[in-house]
Amino acid sequence: MAALTKEETEALIQEVLEIYPEQAKKDRAKHLAVNDPTLEKSNKCITSNRKSQPGVMTIRGCAYAGSKGVVWGPIKDMIHISHGPVGCGQYSRAGRRNYYVGTTGVNTFGTMNFTSDFTEKDIVFGGDKKLAKIITEIEGLFPLHKGISIQSECPIGLIGDDIEAVAKKGNKEIDKPVIPVRCEGFRGVSQSLGHHIANDAIRDWVLGNRDGDESFPTTPYDVAVIGDYNIGGDAWASRTLLEEMGLRVVAQWSGDGTLAEIENTPKVKLNLIHCYRSMNYIARHMEEKYKIPWIEYNFFGPTKIAESLRRIASHFDDTIKEGAERVIKRYEAEYQAVIDKYKPRLEGKRVMLYIGGLRPRHVIGAYEDLGMEVVGTGYEFGHNDDYDRTIKEMGNATLLYDDVTGYEFEEFVKRVQPDLIGSGIKEKYIFQKMGIPFRQMHSWDYSGPYHGYDGFAIFARDMDMTLNNPCWKQVKAPWKTEAGSEDVKIAA
Amino acid sequence: MPSVMLKKNSEGKLIFYVPKKDLEEVAESVEFDTADKWGGEVLLADGSKYYFEPIAPPDFPITLRAKRLDSGEE
Ligand code: SF4
Repeated sequence: MAALTKEETEALIQEVLEIYPEQAKKDRAKHLAVNDPTLEKSNKCITSNRKSQPGVMTIRGCAYAGSKGVVWGPIKDMIHISHGPVGCGQYSRAGRRNYYVGTTGVNTFGTMNFTSDFTEKDIVFGGDKKLAKIITEIEGLFPLHKGISIQSECPIGLIGDDIEAVAKKGNKEIDKPVIPVRCEGFRGVSQSLGHHIANDAIRDWVLGNRDGDESFPTTPYDVAVIGDYNIGGDAWASRTLLEEMGLRVVAQWSGDGTLAEIENTPKVKLNLIHCYRSMNYIARHMEEKYKIPWIEYNFFGPTKIAESLRRIASHFDDTIKEGAERVIKRYEAEYQAVIDKYKPRLEGKRVMLYIGGLRPRHVIGAYEDLGMEVVGTGYEFGHNDDYDRTIKEMGNATLLYDDVTGYEFEEFVKRVQPDLIGSGIKEKYIFQKMGIPFRQMHSWDYSGPYHGYDGFAIFARDMDMTLNNPCWKQVKAPWKTEAGSEDVKIAA
Repeated sequence: MPSVMLKKNSEGKLIFYVPKKDLEEVAESVEFDTADKWGGEVLLADGSKYYFEPIAPPDFPITLRAKRLDSGEE
């Protein structure tokens, strides 16, 4: 299908909006836009980070999900208590596939669910005593943990428990950091505020822990990888490239990360930000307090990787600059082979994305490396600054949709007819039933890593495997296909 | 009175960031930017204007309080 023109895309948006009542229509219109890459600022065309309309189907999460699920959860040697009723933690347990090394239940705790399992009694009488008891119990049962974070679920804020006081007492008792995080699900409009609250908790309770302690030996090449959650091994595939070019990765935030790494981050020379949305706050804080510069980078697809490696290297001396060139050269044959193999099979295919964090813009380059085109993209919980960074990456007259509703997304897809959709698990089966190839792009559909050169090979294979799968031809019942109805006629 | 995080970019231009509003903008001009005085009216690339109490030149990056003077085109 030919690409839509600007007028057609605008008409499509109007058509989709038609079904809403007046007020909702006015509101949703602000969140849907036709991309114009010549714009400098996104606020001219799209509104984001606003409360979702009641009655529509949104895919957003809550602040607790942003803090426990995204930022804190992957810190592997800490125990994160999901403080409140059991469901919030249990239904989100280990779903994000943040890989880590360690012995679960002994020195690492990533895939376990710790909860205070609130019942009516705790709501009526308060849960502070229970929380204190849990801290003592954890220390007895899991003595190798390095610290505890208390991730508040909705009821904690509602009943007014004083988790800060319990945390302070707990900290004295077990002599390890106990960190209260006020990430109750009702705060903010999406998981995004949860990221911010989690960042602030790290700032207030962790980052300064080793101020004035110079015992950590530093080198001029120390960096921290920030905002890589090691989904399917992403951070590992990124880290090898950085180390190969001569840098020393002191900390991974927070995929496969530890408390000590986070505490040592203020000693690095440069912070490398992958997921800008969830961790730019702490990078900005470190820039101000410790004068550590930060840069954004993108490790999806060879074009962006090479660009990023060079940009990172430009902050260091010639040995690192040469290192970057060496790395790019070394992997050239490898990624070229991947492109040669898959590009002919994927060339010209059109993709629609709807994801969160950094991906709606970061993966565009990887698709383009394979000759594919992204014709629509949007963020679940992006802000203005995310869209600012997206406009330039997207083609003219492509669709932008913020906090898209289930209905809008389906209608857009019906009209745009993409060859592939990349979105979340809640959208997956709807589109598969519509007969459209689909990849779950939050945790890579049980695959990964997708970062780095190693990840690119897997990314290309996965896209091909999904898009060119013969099953899509079988989705329609045989008697509903044209050839099928012919047969039926003949038989009759 | 928003809190504004100010830093210099690689070209030495002042970058203006308001966390609450996700506003990230280059400053076009600063009223006082001399060896002994910094502040006054700051004009951003998007046309909006802010006012900082003049102070001794600070060490960027830094967070300062600003007053919004004029919202630009909006
Ligand atoms: S909104 Fe509240 S109750 Fe729901 S998952 Fe989030 S913290 Fe739990």
